[in-house]
Amino acid sequence: MKAMLAAFVAIVVIAVGSNLYLSQAGFSSQDRATGPAVRLDN
Amino acid sequence: MLRALLALMLTVTFVSTAHAQEGASPDREATGGAQTLEDIMARQRGEEVDNSFRSDATGDPDSAAGIASQLGTLGGASDPELWRALRFGTANITASNNSPTATTLIQDGGMGWLQFREGPLASYGGGLLIVTAALLAVFLMVRGRITIDGEKTGRTITRFKAVERFGHWLLAGSFILLGVTGLVSLFGRTVFIPVFGHEAFSYLAVGSKWIHNNVSWAFMLALAMIFVMWVIHNLPDRTDINWLLKGGGIFTNGHPPAKKFNAGQKLIFWSVIVLGTSISVSGLALLFPFEFNMFAPTFAKLNSFGISEALGLGTLRETLAPHEEMQYAQLWHAIVSFVLMAIILAHIYIGSVGMEGAYDAMGSGEVEEQWAREHHSIWAEEELAKDRKAPESATPAE
Repeated sequence: MKAMLAAFVAIVVIAVGSNLYLSQAGFSSQDRATGPAVRLDN
Repeated sequence: MLRALLALMLTVTFVSTAHAQEGASPDREATGGAQTLEDIMARQRGEEVDNSFRSDATGDPDSAAGIASQLGTLGGASDPELWRALRFGTANITASNNSPTATTLIQDGGMGWLQFREGPLASYGGGLLIVTAALLAVFLMVRGRITIDGEKTGRTITRFKAVERFGHWLLAGSFILLGVTGLVSLFGRTVFIPVFGHEAFSYLAVGSKWIHNNVSWAFMLALAMIFVMWVIHNLPDRTDINWLLKGGGIFTNGHPPAKKFNAGQKLIFWSVIVLGTSISVSGLALLFPFEFNMFAPTFAKLNSFGISEALGLGTLRETLAPHEEMQYAQLWHAIVSFVLMAIILAHIYIGSVGMEGAYDAMGSGEVEEQWAREHHSIWAEEELAKDRKAPESATPAE
């Protein structure tokens, strides 16, 4: 039972962690699609 | 009499004309080689139209109309040529947007994808899950719960260590989350929006997407974990043939001998590994859109090995628009997921309500000795022999 609960906690930790990492990993549509001639932030 | 004869003659005339039209190759002389009304009508009827007469007719100045003729205003390159190049994705386009989709102005895979996704994918996929659940319910009613035949000993054997159970539940928990959120995404428009309304479903959809994208990593990690931990126990051997020939003893009272995993469990293991890997790869293609293309190279291989021909699919297209790569990835991801979900439903059934003592293996990790002797006789003997060899003063391993 402990192993099962630990795994479920791990799922949450991995999901939150991957979201934090991936949102800064440079793979957003904005990062991938824009070039130097395009400004979306300003 | 005369009227009847006239009707017969008219019928025969129409039939023969229709026959002649079907057999002959399209005559495009009247349009100067451009598509005819019949081409357009055939496409609207949903028939296959060979577009090569258009797609190949680009970039050849010799085929353009002369500069002095009515359509020759652009000299060597005609307007129709430009439009055809745009239509078939061969035009030389530059865009400040770096996405591969920015330079593909027209792609025609979208409607086919949408119709397949809303039609056969949703109906056959959903049907598969419902039929599987119904069959399991019927099986439970007919066969009943598989109980432990012999007398329980009260002693237990360690079947799965904590790390094995952790890996299993990491995979199971993430798979259920991914399955449910995947179904929410697929059936949103047809099932959830009519029930909950647009606004409530938007929260559900955004949440589902977040869970689906981020929990996928736990699934992939767990898939690697169980592969490393259990592959050695899941290699096929001679006991599997006997086990399969006896149907695993499901319909009889006897239990064919089995090692740590019986042939049925091995089939589940390899289904999870193979289908799970395929789902992971197509999922990664969707998670990082347009970063890597799976389908055009796969289609090229299927063509070159003659597999597509053998399957009656003809020659598959080896050049796909970026959008089409994503469309195929989505469909493949969903199809394989439906198959794995159906298999896992059966796995959940036999590991919980379907068999007495089975859940303990993944719950506490300790199984009743009699259960082990019945369902995994060879493994149970090995484990008991190990215990007998160990000195009595030794503390049993966790």
